[in-house]
Amino acid sequence: MKYVDEYRDARLARALAADIGRRTTRDWVMMEICGGQTHTIMRYGVDELLPPAVELVHGPGCPVCVTPIETIDKAVEIASQPDVTFVSYGDMLRVPGSRSDLFHVKAAGGDVRVVYSPMDALKIARQRPERRVVFFAVGFETTAPANAMAVWQAHREGLANFSMLVSHVLVPPAIRLLLGSPANRVQAFIAPGHVCTVMGYSEYEELVREYHVPIVVGGFEPVDILEAIRMIVAQLEEGRAEIENQYVRSVSYDGNEPAQRIMAQVFEVCDKKWRGVGPIPQSGYRLRPELAAHDADRLFGLSTMTAEEPPECISAQVLQGLKKPTDCAAFGTRCTPERPLGAPMVSTEGACAAYHQYRRHAMDPVKVRG
Amino acid sequence: MTERLEAGFSCPAPLADRRTVLLGHGSGGKLSAELVRDLFLPAFRHPALACLNDQAIVEVKGCRLAFTTDSFVVKPLFFPGGDIGTLAVHGTINDLAMGGAQPLFLSVALILEEGLPMESLRRIVASLQQAADRAGVGIVTGDTKVVEKGSGDGIFITTSGIGVVPDGLMLSADLARPGDSVLLSGSIGDHGMTILGQREGLEFESAVRSDSAALHTLVADMLAASDRFRCFRDPTRGGLASALNEIAASAGVGIELEEPSIPVREEVRGACELLGLDPMYVANEGKLVAIVDAADADRVVDVMRAHPLGRFARRIGTVRAAPSPVVTMRTTFGTTRIVDMLAGDQLPRIC
Repeated sequence: MKYVDEYRDARLARALAADIGRRTTRDWVMMEICGGQTHTIMRYGVDELLPPAVELVHGPGCPVCVTPIETIDKAVEIASQPDVTFVSYGDMLRVPGSRSDLFHVKAAGGDVRVVYSPMDALKIARQRPERRVVFFAVGFETTAPANAMAVWQAHREGLANFSMLVSHVLVPPAIRLLLGSPANRVQAFIAPGHVCTVMGYSEYEELVREYHVPIVVGGFEPVDILEAIRMIVAQLEEGRAEIENQYVRSVSYDGNEPAQRIMAQVFEVCDKKWRGVGPIPQSGYRLRPELAAHDADRLFGLSTMTAEEPPECISAQVLQGLKKPTDCAAFGTRCTPERPLGAPMVSTEGACAAYHQYRRHAMDPVKVRG
Repeated sequence: MTERLEAGFSCPAPLADRRTVLLGHGSGGKLSAELVRDLFLPAFRHPALACLNDQAIVEVKGCRLAFTTDSFVVKPLFFPGGDIGTLAVHGTINDLAMGGAQPLFLSVALILEEGLPMESLRRIVASLQQAADRAGVGIVTGDTKVVEKGSGDGIFITTSGIGVVPDGLMLSADLARPGDSVLLSGSIGDHGMTILGQREGLEFESAVRSDSAALHTLVADMLAASDRFRCFRDPTRGGLASALNEIAASAGVGIELEEPSIPVREEVRGACELLGLDPMYVANEGKLVAIVDAADADRVVDVMRAHPLGRFARRIGTVRAAPSPVVTMRTTFGTTRIVDMLAGDQLPRIC
């Protein structure tokens, strides 16, 4: 398959890994931000090809994982209302809220539907004017343009029964938070290629300068990731800190400007709580006030909901790259994809789920038994 | 900063035990297995059931009969490569065939929803008949119920089947042992991606067709080529990954797969990439996986390739001794990963 096979070429991957090995003279810690990249690393065993001196830690870039528990509770409450058709991407359905999840709402008779595009939710709203259709807009900058387009069209058509529960998060403020933490061990970042396809990479320049940290925009196939790692190792070994772009087949410096324009028309930047991480200033999107008629948060009057998150799981440290999923006492025993304690075990992009799905064989057998 | 971070870092509560049936309970994954283990097996206690094969083998007056049943709830009812009628016949024949049985008779029970166009019913009945004729089995009994509009989804079909197992043939997943070869009859994911493509309105560059087919003649040819088969499985719901995990769990062994050896059609692979799905978990309706003594593997693969339903057959892996039953895959990169069973349905990812 074109644009896929050449980036999964085992020979090329081994050559890159060998080159990384030759260049590496001391220990380096780097983080891939995006859960999609974590998934690839686990699926292909990219980290097993690397020299032991190069340590990959896994970042908070799983939108499913960082959606606050209060937002899941809101989604559950909205979806449970008899006149609501609740429309979502598939992997949000199993995320545990404080009492229930969307699968259970569906099983109890709620009209919960899975789509691949917010435009499908618009279609439902047009076909069923008697239903209040609510789309669960989750994701990083990657999914924001399509979600913005859906709201913009609904607004233009006067589609009064369409609204959006928005929980969008932004990558650069999260990197800033990680770098500012005294506990930080990360010396370089692989920036998420899909996010940069939309946003470009100019906004990472400030981080590079301020913290003297190499950032390389990376793709999602194993060869992409290895090439990005090689670029990072070269920078670290030479004492450079620059923003570089490995994912040139998709990412330009300025990104997708029409997409950015529609996002700016529909969303405004706001402070945002990340599940497991806490509040991060200016790290999310909400709908602009002039689009309040399509804002499910306002329409359903749930803005003040709060929820308690119990203490056992360590997703906090995992999402920050301070611990590996296998450091958790509950991993693979009290916390599994069937019965997740924390969100990183739910989505396949979550670091815990990726370890559970692909890596248990490497673990102490006592921990494996469920 | 550290204090604020540490204090803010927390995690959600476990859900209480399941209060209701979820769609995932019918996915063929871990939730389905949980239902069987925790509810059905303790309730229905019977040695023939406890084997957990696709069919029960029971002995009646010296004759070994294979007996099985299956329900079909597919949407859409008609799709490239077949319809719910062909599936209902092939599915039950294949469950018998996986026990090595010669399928003889089928029953067909229809649950019809008020308002189903009579033309659709006629087409489905014709498909049932043609599929049965072609496979050489008789539909000898049946039943029809009609439910109110809104209580069904057009048509649900349940078929049961009876076949005869050749004397001396012993097939069961728990017979798999270290060193055995794992054989696959052809490309995976065709049926599931055809259905999903129809549902999502995806248009593929070249047509993806369901692989719906009756496998009993292929099984018969294979059995004639070796008497050292351990078991057969048709990887339907839950796909190849689930079928292999079930075998590994039954036999208490590991199964090691070679990634490059597993055939996936180009258009199926493309659709899976696009939708964020793994073909290892996508349903098949005309493929089988067999565990056989390694000494006979090459000969059996040759025989399979001579059959129209096994043209792309190949050896995809090996049974290994392992401390816990696990399916692993040697990736194209030479690294190893687990091929786990899914909890429920495969969920499309956000990005």
